[in-house]
Amino acid sequence: MSAPSSRTHDLAIRRAELAPQRVFQAIGLVALVLPLLLLAFLFGSSLVDAWPRLDWDFLTAFPSRKPALAGILPALVGTTCLMGLTAAIAIPVGLGAALYLEEYARPSRLTMLIELNISTLAGVPSIIYGLLGLEVFARVLGMGRSLLTGACTLALLLLPMVIMASREALRTVPQSLREASYALGADKWRTLRGVVLPMCLPGVLTGVILSLARAIGETAPLITIGALTYVAFLPDSVHSEFTALPIQIFNWVSRPQAGFHVNAAAGIVVLVGLMLLLNGFAIWLRARLQRRVYW
Amino acid sequence: MSKTTRLVALLALGTAVATASPGCRKSSAAGMVRVDGSSTVFPITEAVAEEFGKVHPDVKVTVGISGTGGGFKKFCAGETDLSDASRPIKPTEVEACAKAGIEYVELPVAYDGIAIVVHPRNDWAQHITVEELGKLWAPEAQGQVLRWSDVRVGWPDREIHLFGPGVDSGTYDYFTEAVVGKEHSSRGDFTSSEDDNVLVQGIATDELALGFFGFAYYDENRDKLKLLPVDDGKPDNGDGPVAASLEAIRNGTYQPLSRPLFVYVAVKSLERPEVAQFVEYYLAEGVPLVAEVGYVPLPERAYPLALQRVRERRAGSMFAGKGSMVGVTIDTLLEREAAAAPQ
Repeated sequence: MSAPSSRTHDLAIRRAELAPQRVFQAIGLVALVLPLLLLAFLFGSSLVDAWPRLDWDFLTAFPSRKPALAGILPALVGTTCLMGLTAAIAIPVGLGAALYLEEYARPSRLTMLIELNISTLAGVPSIIYGLLGLEVFARVLGMGRSLLTGACTLALLLLPMVIMASREALRTVPQSLREASYALGADKWRTLRGVVLPMCLPGVLTGVILSLARAIGETAPLITIGALTYVAFLPDSVHSEFTALPIQIFNWVSRPQAGFHVNAAAGIVVLVGLMLLLNGFAIWLRARLQRRVYW
Repeated sequence: MSKTTRLVALLALGTAVATASPGCRKSSAAGMVRVDGSSTVFPITEAVAEEFGKVHPDVKVTVGISGTGGGFKKFCAGETDLSDASRPIKPTEVEACAKAGIEYVELPVAYDGIAIVVHPRNDWAQHITVEELGKLWAPEAQGQVLRWSDVRVGWPDREIHLFGPGVDSGTYDYFTEAVVGKEHSSRGDFTSSEDDNVLVQGIATDELALGFFGFAYYDENRDKLKLLPVDDGKPDNGDGPVAASLEAIRNGTYQPLSRPLFVYVAVKSLERPEVAQFVEYYLAEGVPLVAEVGYVPLPERAYPLALQRVRERRAGSMFAGKGSMVGVTIDTLLEREAAAAPQ
């Protein structure tokens, strides 16, 4: 008589214990599905709006006052050049800083201060970087509104993220491997070059590319440093003036004519496509590099 | 290891290619014309730059949209050759330019109107007077004029929601000068956006809204908005309320909310042949383009007068550097032009 009742009692308890877990699971699922749905909806509605303008001409034409003839070539090339330059500046500096902090710096008040600053900088709004870039790069250093100014500004914006990602990656390299390298008679530099760097590279590059994918959509700092809106030529050097996709989109969105809004939607689709491409590249690269690393 | 190195090299190469590749190749640079400033004037300058580029493919024209104020900052720092402006240059800007030794020629290029709009289901307001607008937008109105009934007796006792362009825009400056009587001075409790389409959306979805922005944005959204005719209380330029339209802007009856749009060109930049060519092209061929992008061109005879001032490098503002000036019709503008030109 008592046995079955206690069994049902146990079951009830188990159910009661499971209930919060179920609820949490459900909440987690909703949290996953909701943003995905939102993204799908946003991208889908842009795609529907953009469909009539998504063709080769759109990618290869210069901007125009006639919405149907306007294209995004200078913006597309500007964004591509900007991203390449930004990566070229942010990777060496960011990785160098991370290497120093992780491998060389001794814990001290100064290092703590630097670390605190880096994490604070990661949270600074991007427009502040734009103002900094305008004053320091464009005006004081006399680089004007060039691609280089844009790339330096965006690189600054990315640096905290690149440094943090690189440090995380450096920490994943087991201490035992370093010790093994030292045991073989390698000095610190050889250990870094031969063991630590190749092993942390997938993590570093993934971090860099993901932060680039964020930077690609930045509008505020570029507008602040004076990236232009109508540019009917392609950049011919790093000192060239330029426009970028987010700025072109911003301009089209704010025009009165509906035709330009269609162009803006098409620009958004191209921008999102470019971003997905970058993210895909990051995944591929990580998989590819990780295969090389065994211990 | 070697494979990793190769991959890294590949990545570096990719970066280099991205930076220096087809897009970024060298082209013959015959000259640059840098324009920045008002987003209201942008469509005109863009159109002129586009057509100019067909005739002079070796000249690179760039146009930015920093706003009238932001444009003048760059212009007076010597960073641009031309500045688009939706109001005349202000005293502070005149000073900044003078300090930097930047002289300029002021060129009116088109006319534009500021539309006063409400929600289409607003059935009580059929027109509004300049005085009422002044009462509504004055700095003192903040916290005081909050309901439609506060603006005019007989209008419903319901909240009024105000929408207007950002305070860095020339449109805002001109509007405040015209209705409040003091440039750049208004109540702060209104929804403002640099993007006029946001204002259109806001007003189109709010029955209690009233807002203002460039006429072109009303023109493209006629089905979503209701235009309020404006009465300036002066019978000599159109009796009673006048609705904004291209015609009313052209013939000077839509006052005081019609305004000239300008391009300022630096005298020093005019020494460069490509800048001089661009400005001459702007004044000679700009007329049909102005109409095409939705603004009112000045009468034909206005452009040669401006051209003459460019050729003679007659620097300065016809508005005495006082900023926005209300009631400048096309005719008075022409009189000023003629007075500014040598006898």
